Amino acid sequence: MIRRNPVRPVGYLVSGVLVGVPLLVGLLVLGVVGAALTPVLVGLPLLALLALTGVPVGVVERWRLRLGGGAPVTGPHRAPDEPGLAAWARLRFTEQATWRELAYAVLLAFVLWPLDLLVLAGALGVPGAMLGAPVQLAVSGGDTRIAKLWLIDAYGQAFLSAAGGLALLLVLLWPLALYARARAALARLLLAPREPEQRLAEVTKSRARLVAAFEAERRRIERDLHDGAQQRLVALSMTLGLARLDAPPELAERLAVAHAETDQVLGELRELIHGIHPQVLADYGLGDAIADAAERSAVPAEVDVDLGRYAESVESAAYFAVREALANVGKHSGAKRAWISGRYGEDRLRIEVRDDGSGGADPGRGSGLTGLADRLAVLDGTLTVDSPPGGPTVLRMEIPC
Amino acid sequence: MLAEDSVLLREGLVGLLARFGHEVVAAVGDAAALTESVSAHAPDLVVTDVRMPPGFQDEGLRAALALRTADPRLPVLVLSQYVQRAYAAELLDTGDGTGVGYLLKDRVGQVEQFAEAVERVAAGGTVVDPEVVRQLLRRRRDPLEALTPREREVLGLVAEGKSNGAIARQLVVTEAAVGKHIGNILGKLDLPPAEDTHRRVLAVLAYLRG
Repeated sequence: MIRRNPVRPVGYLVSGVLVGVPLLVGLLVLGVVGAALTPVLVGLPLLALLALTGVPVGVVERWRLRLGGGAPVTGPHRAPDEPGLAAWARLRFTEQATWRELAYAVLLAFVLWPLDLLVLAGALGVPGAMLGAPVQLAVSGGDTRIAKLWLIDAYGQAFLSAAGGLALLLVLLWPLALYARARAALARLLLAPREPEQRLAEVTKSRARLVAAFEAERRRIERDLHDGAQQRLVALSMTLGLARLDAPPELAERLAVAHAETDQVLGELRELIHGIHPQVLADYGLGDAIADAAERSAVPAEVDVDLGRYAESVESAAYFAVREALANVGKHSGAKRAWISGRYGEDRLRIEVRDDGSGGADPGRGSGLTGLADRLAVLDGTLTVDSPPGGPTVLRMEIPC
Repeated sequence: MLAEDSVLLREGLVGLLARFGHEVVAAVGDAAALTESVSAHAPDLVVTDVRMPPGFQDEGLRAALALRTADPRLPVLVLSQYVQRAYAAELLDTGDGTGVGYLLKDRVGQVEQFAEAVERVAAGGTVVDPEVVRQLLRRRRDPLEALTPREREVLGLVAEGKSNGAIARQLVVTEAAVGKHIGNILGKLDLPPAEDTHRRVLAVLAYLRG
């Protein structure tokens, strides 16, 4: 808490009361209704919901800590590996942080906010009443009691009381700020990520850095190949072509062979460069790049995408994921056709690759799918594979962006 | 008028064009210089690379499109690192698709074909790289299945911008036979019959892109 700004601790405590009261009501209602309905099973999900109340409370409280002027606190939770409510709930129930947050929520509802209110009333109520003495006197006309204690019947006394109130207020702001600081420290203790959670966040960050470095390297290699080897080869091909024009017939034939070789190499190099980093992705974005990948796919693929431009890391992860998915369709599924659809909404990019193959794809079995999932995970994205034996296989990727 | 960022290739292309009796009025190395020198020299044809400094993205193509929008009669031949349908489509949408060429850069090694393409574009024709046509043919399956393999071959050559005579020479058949094939193709694909080579090319390309 910042000492020079008395408003912040006050604001922190006032907002604490404002959060605490509805929370108390909510917890009681959920608890009572859930317990009462448990015999008819409806109550169980309500109790589960009760156990998870700490999660939103944690979010609100971490935000309030920032308001209180402390260092920002990151959330202690991990992002689930799969989309969907069930996966999210499973992960939350197994995280220690969830239970710490619940403990804090209960503490806040039953102990902390009444305490906050008491401190506020003590530190601001009495000096406030003394400060208001002249006004009270003016309103009541004859005489008035300040905080039910002192009788005041003259304006001199009233202004004296007001001055006293101001002095008292300045004195009492100290303990108030101290209490607010202790109160914030307690919240931080329960709501901030613990060491392993912190380390996990670090690891995720460094993994993202690695991927970014890898992407940059990819682009550098592509540029070098394009500016060096490819240009030289084209020039060589041109020279050979011109030489053939002017060469005597017996030499022309040998030159023609060399020329054909050169063009072969050029074709291979072109494909290689395209595989490393397709220019179309940079120029036209994900939609066109996916259409381009579909055209190169061994299995005919229909594309139905409606996508804009996103961050480079997102576009490239999604593009390579689609390409890997198409390669898998061609290699393993025995499919005749594939369908790719892509949409963006609710801050998420969703892409789906379907095929009519034999199914049975297993992301756990160390195929390219694992690499795909890792690539998307760096961006907090998810990959789900639905591939029953007999097909069809559906790959879904989601990337928040 | 030539724009190509690699010095090696620029020199090579100047030599190649000179060999076939064309005069290169200016050879530049980036898109801004290209735009400037076009207004200075008013060339009969612009040949440009897609990727150029400073960004090495598609500056050359953007410059070519801007030039075509400003003057739809200016013939432009674009050389691309690899086949990109979107590039070809954007180019063909300028100045009703006359005097436009889109070729793979590697084709400059096929010197005679390249020289032929240069002449055709300068004369107001349309040249599309066979690779683009192949992709388009691969993409549009359904109505094309009604075509015989020979007709599909002819359709590909039409889409590349070749005249009946050129197709006849390539397939070693009479020009009349080619004309008959084309009539059948246009009929099967529900395209308006067109005598003029150029309109025919555009109709076929529009069909393939659709």
